[in-house]
Amino acid sequence: MNPRKPSEDGFRLSRRQVLIGTAGSAVTAVFAKADDVQAVTRMETAADPPSSSHVAFILNGRRYALDVDNRITLLDVLRERLHLTGTKKGCDHGQCGACTVIVEGRRINACLTLAVMHEGDSITTIEGLGTPDNLHPLQAAFIKHDGYQCGYCTPGQICSAVAMLEELKAGVPSHVSSDLIATSAVTDAEIRERMSGNICRCGAYSNIVDAIREIAGGQA
Amino acid sequence: MKSFTYERVTSAQKAVNAAASTPGARFIAGGTNLLDLMKLEIETPQHLIDVNGLEFDKITMTEDGGLRIGALVRNTDLAAAPQVRRDYAVLSRALLAGASGQLRNKATTAGNLLQRTRCAYFYDTNQPCNKRRPGAGCAAIGGASRQHAIVGGSNACIASHPSDMAVAMRALGAMVETLHSNGQVRTIPLNDLYRAPGDTPHIENTLDTAELITAVILPKPVGGKHIYYKVRDRASYAFALVSVAAIVQPDQTGQVALGGVAYKPWRSEEAEVYLPDGANAITMHLLADAHPTAQNAFKIKLAERAIGLALSNASS
Ligand SMILES: Cc1cc2nc3c(=O)[nH]c(=O)nc-3n(C[C@H](O)[C@H](O)[C@H](O)COP(=O)(O)OP(=O)(O)OC[C@H]3O[C@@H](n4cnc5c(N)ncnc54)[C@H](O)[C@@H]3O)c2cc1C
Ligand code: SF4
Ligand code: FES
Ligand code: FES
Repeated sequence: MNPRKPSEDGFRLSRRQVLIGTAGSAVTAVFAKADDVQAVTRMETAADPPSSSHVAFILNGRRYALDVDNRITLLDVLRERLHLTGTKKGCDHGQCGACTVIVEGRRINACLTLAVMHEGDSITTIEGLGTPDNLHPLQAAFIKHDGYQCGYCTPGQICSAVAMLEELKAGVPSHVSSDLIATSAVTDAEIRERMSGNICRCGAYSNIVDAIREIAGGQA
Repeated sequence: MKSFTYERVTSAQKAVNAAASTPGARFIAGGTNLLDLMKLEIETPQHLIDVNGLEFDKITMTEDGGLRIGALVRNTDLAAAPQVRRDYAVLSRALLAGASGQLRNKATTAGNLLQRTRCAYFYDTNQPCNKRRPGAGCAAIGGASRQHAIVGGSNACIASHPSDMAVAMRALGAMVETLHSNGQVRTIPLNDLYRAPGDTPHIENTLDTAELITAVILPKPVGGKHIYYKVRDRASYAFALVSVAAIVQPDQTGQVALGGVAYKPWRSEEAEVYLPDGANAITMHLLADAHPTAQNAFKIKLAERAIGLALSNASS
């Protein structure tokens, strides 16, 4: 573990005080003690360069400012620190797309980027796209077309598809575009190729393509 | 992941100065390769220099009509740039054949060139690997080597370079521009960026630790038909077994580079003389020094057929 910053130790301390006397307090107290020991070590080696940093970004329209361990990925900050668990962890190595979020208008894998590298960025997760009462059109289309079975890949699929449609509009070609210069038509082949960074373990692909095609207005 | 310090830099000179003065420092751009390897503790930098704030994100014309591609231009933007689609189509095609939409949005020009091998033993820290731990041995030689290099390897390492983009850039005659902390600006032919594995497969390129890639320069367009043909185990989102970047003129002369067969994009200007004689002729010369394993000897035939297909597509 990383040495904690003094401000966080303050928070830890008060949490321990709250928890003491409740069931499981023994365990909590032991952990809190370990933290205190680390805090002391930290002060003794204050000359060490910091392995945590401050970062601020706009997430789903709200500003967040936090101190993070340099090692923490954007994905882990979203899920573990900010408790936005809509974004999923599948492989943690850029291979499955479950962690897809939209940063500065572009889809990326949140597992392969450090939180500290997002100073000033505007980030949208599935929670920021729509709500149960006010679904994003793609969320509604996934429901209508049964674009999932277990649903684990779905937030990533939807974030990916939202940004993918913007890429299509902006004229970004794909591996299957026969003409590099012309704007690609919205065909199933184009949708499949452009969505190939999102793996669905349940194999709901044909329904996913149906949902995306409906919103993109393409031909089967 | 091992702990590290982190800084964002606002100028190239600050970036190289930091690299020169901080032990264990590394540049980080898109992070899609470096972070992947840091999670596995195959890469253990002590300090990360985030270069994303530098203004190397532009594509401009050079004085002699070529293209200057900033080191931080994202793979998506390079593939979609109008000049590249029109005049360097082989490069757009190669980029679009690589990775996924999400990864291409992050991956940068310089990071793509310097991405490390996908050799499964390099990734598996329980296996001996000279590239990961010099002197440990090579599990791929005598192991599962279907994906590995067939030419340019050594008894210490037969890893192949995974980049698609670099293969197209090699066919196009790209140069790599760098800045050193001592102020020196170098322009290196792409072919000279990569070091043969020899006895030191952990040393992969000819850059100094305090040297930053600032741009890739392409010569002025040469016209012709541009083909990138990638053979892989699934239709999308997979690394190449063999790939071909070809630029073919109406008289059948041109440039051909192979991916997936060596520690770098494999091209030979002498072999290209045989291009008008067809796929077999050029492949025999291009891969004359091949030393495949029993498991990847098929790549020679595969390369010949891939070149053949590229040539027939070029003439259709
Ligand atoms: C699942 C998956 C599939 C993939 N499939 C493909 C594929 O099919 N084809 C393909 O070609 N690639 C593929 N890739 C690899 C991808 O293209 C690379 O990860 C990406 O190009 C690396 O670029 P980056 O900017 O993220 O590099 P980083 O990870 O930031 O850096 C990579 C290396 O370059 C160094 N570096 C970065 N910028 C500079 C600079 N300016 N000067 C000096 N050194 C620098 C870093 O220190 C590091 O050593 C795949 C990756 C994944 C995760
Ligand atoms: S081929 Fe190279 S990278 Fe792969 S195990 Fe052998 S030494 Fe390591
Ligand atoms: S969790 Fe990020 S791509 Fe799989
Ligand atoms: S719905 Fe289960 S992984 Fe896609």
